Amino acid sequence: MTENKEYKVVGTRPIRHDGVDKVTGRALYGADFQIAGLLHGRVLRSPHAHARILSIDTSRAEALPGVKGVVTAQDLPSAEDRIADLGEGAVNLKHLCDNILASDKVLYTGHAVAAVAATSPHIAEEACKLIDVEYEVLSPVLEVRQAMEPDAPLLHETLKTTSMGETADEPSNVASHIQHTLGDPEKGFAEADIIIERDFVTGTVHQGYIEPHNATAHFNQDGHLTIWCSTQGAFTVREQVAEILQYPISKIKVVPMEIGGGFGGKISVYIKPVAALLAKKTGKPVKVLMNRTDVFEGTGPTPASYIRVKMGATKAGKITAAEAYLAFEGGAYPGSPVGPGAMCIFAPYSIENVIIDGYDVVVNKPKTAPYRAPGAPNAAFGSETVIDELAEKLGIDPLEFRLINGAKEGDRRADGPVHPRIGFIETVETAKAHPHYTAPNGKKHHGRGIASGYWFNIGLESSVTINVNADGTINLIEGSTDIGGTRASIAMQAAEVLGIPAESVNPSVVDTNSVGYTAVTGGSRTTYATGYAAYEAAQDVKRKMIERAAKLWEVDVSNVQFEDGLFSSINGKEEQISFRDLCGQLSQTGGPVVGSGTVNPGGAGGAYATHVVDLMVDEETGKVEILRYTAVQDAGKAIHPSYVEGQIQGGAVQGIGWALNEEYIYNAEGTMTNASFLDYRMPTCLDLPMIDAVIVEVPNPGHPYGVRGVGEVPIVPPMAAIANAIYDAIGIRMTELPMSPDRLLKAMGKI
Amino acid sequence: MARKSHVQTTINGETVEFLCESRQSLLEVLRDELHLTGAKEGCNNGNCGACSVILDGRLVNSCLVLGVETEGKSVETIEGLAEPDKLHPIQDAFLENAALQCGICTPGFIMSAKALLDQNPNPTEHEIRYWLAGNLCRCTGYDKIVRAVLDAAAAK
Ligand code: FES
Ligand code: FES
Repeated sequence: MTENKEYKVVGTRPIRHDGVDKVTGRALYGADFQIAGLLHGRVLRSPHAHARILSIDTSRAEALPGVKGVVTAQDLPSAEDRIADLGEGAVNLKHLCDNILASDKVLYTGHAVAAVAATSPHIAEEACKLIDVEYEVLSPVLEVRQAMEPDAPLLHETLKTTSMGETADEPSNVASHIQHTLGDPEKGFAEADIIIERDFVTGTVHQGYIEPHNATAHFNQDGHLTIWCSTQGAFTVREQVAEILQYPISKIKVVPMEIGGGFGGKISVYIKPVAALLAKKTGKPVKVLMNRTDVFEGTGPTPASYIRVKMGATKAGKITAAEAYLAFEGGAYPGSPVGPGAMCIFAPYSIENVIIDGYDVVVNKPKTAPYRAPGAPNAAFGSETVIDELAEKLGIDPLEFRLINGAKEGDRRADGPVHPRIGFIETVETAKAHPHYTAPNGKKHHGRGIASGYWFNIGLESSVTINVNADGTINLIEGSTDIGGTRASIAMQAAEVLGIPAESVNPSVVDTNSVGYTAVTGGSRTTYATGYAAYEAAQDVKRKMIERAAKLWEVDVSNVQFEDGLFSSINGKEEQISFRDLCGQLSQTGGPVVGSGTVNPGGAGGAYATHVVDLMVDEETGKVEILRYTAVQDAGKAIHPSYVEGQIQGGAVQGIGWALNEEYIYNAEGTMTNASFLDYRMPTCLDLPMIDAVIVEVPNPGHPYGVRGVGEVPIVPPMAAIANAIYDAIGIRMTELPMSPDRLLKAMGKI
Repeated sequence: MARKSHVQTTINGETVEFLCESRQSLLEVLRDELHLTGAKEGCNNGNCGACSVILDGRLVNSCLVLGVETEGKSVETIEGLAEPDKLHPIQDAFLENAALQCGICTPGFIMSAKALLDQNPNPTEHEIRYWLAGNLCRCTGYDKIVRAVLDAAAAK
């Protein structure tokens, strides 16, 4: 149920609580952690994309002065082929362990093979070079369609395709096949006046957070393990490390340091269990840091994919049927986001007849990890380009076409769920009325493109505790690591309930021993779910404070009301006391007040975005310049609008990078040849204009203030919007990402 | 083990002495020897600007400077920017404009912006974008960072 009223704190723009620490360099991120007696760890990684490990000899490394310990997969408890649920879905434990330190095979260049702890990082690095690994090199499989061929080299001899409950007899690189159907697609296509079918290819891209992965671990003599690290979720680190090391969670404490970006890429663990193994072996705290090449080669990118989309519509512009084939690379182990891709692909539209097939396929690349609306951007690149072509061929304005077909409350998604109140149509209407869309666009080689996107958002568990201070402030304890200003957006929701300013809340993100279970900062859930827990904790405080006021005035609690930060007595007595003054009376009325809130909400409410882009194509160089960019998004209710805009702008720019430049470039042996920020070209500020973020507010009925998650959906539309604008500029449909200068020159027939 | 050199330098106005191996970068010295961890490592090869500091008035990537090279020089880092009771106007502008999300790039951007405004107090939006192109931010899309620097320039 959404409260509908004027808010005092919600919707304002206070300075974030951790702001001063972060602009003065005082905030401590994972790599900044120091402790006496610290050793430094480095990981040795595979130079081969696909090889069998024949032997590992660590003796020369161990003999190097300064080296204190070396570990390999031998030091991990033996992992069976079994399934564990670790907070972000089921995982095969052998796959999980093998990705930490390879046991029998290396499956991608950069796969971790061994690790060293030494008295300095330089010595650890030298020692890695002294580890002798003998490999039997195998042929790599580097592309999803190639991996699906019946005679493709196999990554896992035991992996068999599961397809809708059935498991195949023969091993394959296809881990799973999913299918969603709605209505009668054949009949739907028969009713169409026009059918468009196209196929699309997208490259492997990385989340590109600026802070590399890091972990410091220490084993106490009593067996208590502490890990200080940057992570999107301290509790999921605890669960994963417990599974991998077969160690009880009660003996593991994870301390989340500040985190320098994640975008989904800092949920899986890589070096955290390695740091723990080295700490165990040496008896000293060990800090393991990745360098940038390690990050590109050894941590989850988001998958390359092959996508085929077919859609039919009537002359009047009504979509009659849609079909999609999605083949996603999982990387070295199963687990691509083809599922979410299939859930999102046609979700902006109300279509009666749909069939979607999805395939999760292993290839010799790093195991993929979530990246901002995982799976949805790949899928939308296909569907939103086909939508654009349908509208164009039918002579209908692309936004009008979306208004004709747009999904509304009560419509069913092809994978089952029925939409609650959603704000897709509102984003389209807002884009249509925006001065960007109504401005003329006609110069040669200038183009305008539109695309929309959907992300379902998640809820999951969160816990918040509030301690009331005698001076009328509160200390708010939470477990959600703050990647983008969520201390503020969570604190503001508690402040709103208690009628106090945002500045009267001191939020702290604490370790796994100090707060109730809280799931990852991901799925656009933090302001929604942890904010919801803060709202509940504040309600708990409010109830307890009402009891105190009742005690003070010697009336029944039913005679006390609380409004705008003021407790007052109704029915007879004329008493009033502010929240602040009552806080000063806690010791006299029964002692400290502590409130708690725990949630696992089901009504995350989907988010929609519609983007408009103007660009220019340089005919000589094939370079695309973004001239103007407007991103409209339904935020439900923007708690702190500046940070909502920031999410929209940041997501749109990651999408621009994905559209125009970013991709892993592999040589024939399967080694990434551009594993640096110089060659993996992310957008700089010189590549961009200002990004106009326009917030639409269609309150989410599943949250007290109407919040919808905002972090992920802005990365969904940019690729198709830019492809559609390029078409508008030069009349060519680009179907392969990235749309880099060389691809454009080829498409224009210039090279 | 490599022999260490004795280096004397000025950091944020204070004379500082340290021992370092010749292979240690200024970034490593700042972070690991002097515990000034405001400068961050994003790439360690000059591509991200997270380690930006000002060396004798010039903006540098501290990952590309050796610790021993700072002998007799003067280094300004993010830790030296604020007054005891007051932030530097660029720091205020970053907070007012919500120009940071995760904040890992922020010290580098602020030092880089300071070096720009020290030599060009009234930059245009394009000049700001050109100057800051050596600093990567993956979270913000740069919009609010550019606005913060424009505001800081106007506030001066
Ligand atoms: S760490 Fe120095 S430029 Fe990236
Ligand atoms: S705020 Fe995260 S990289 Fe800039």
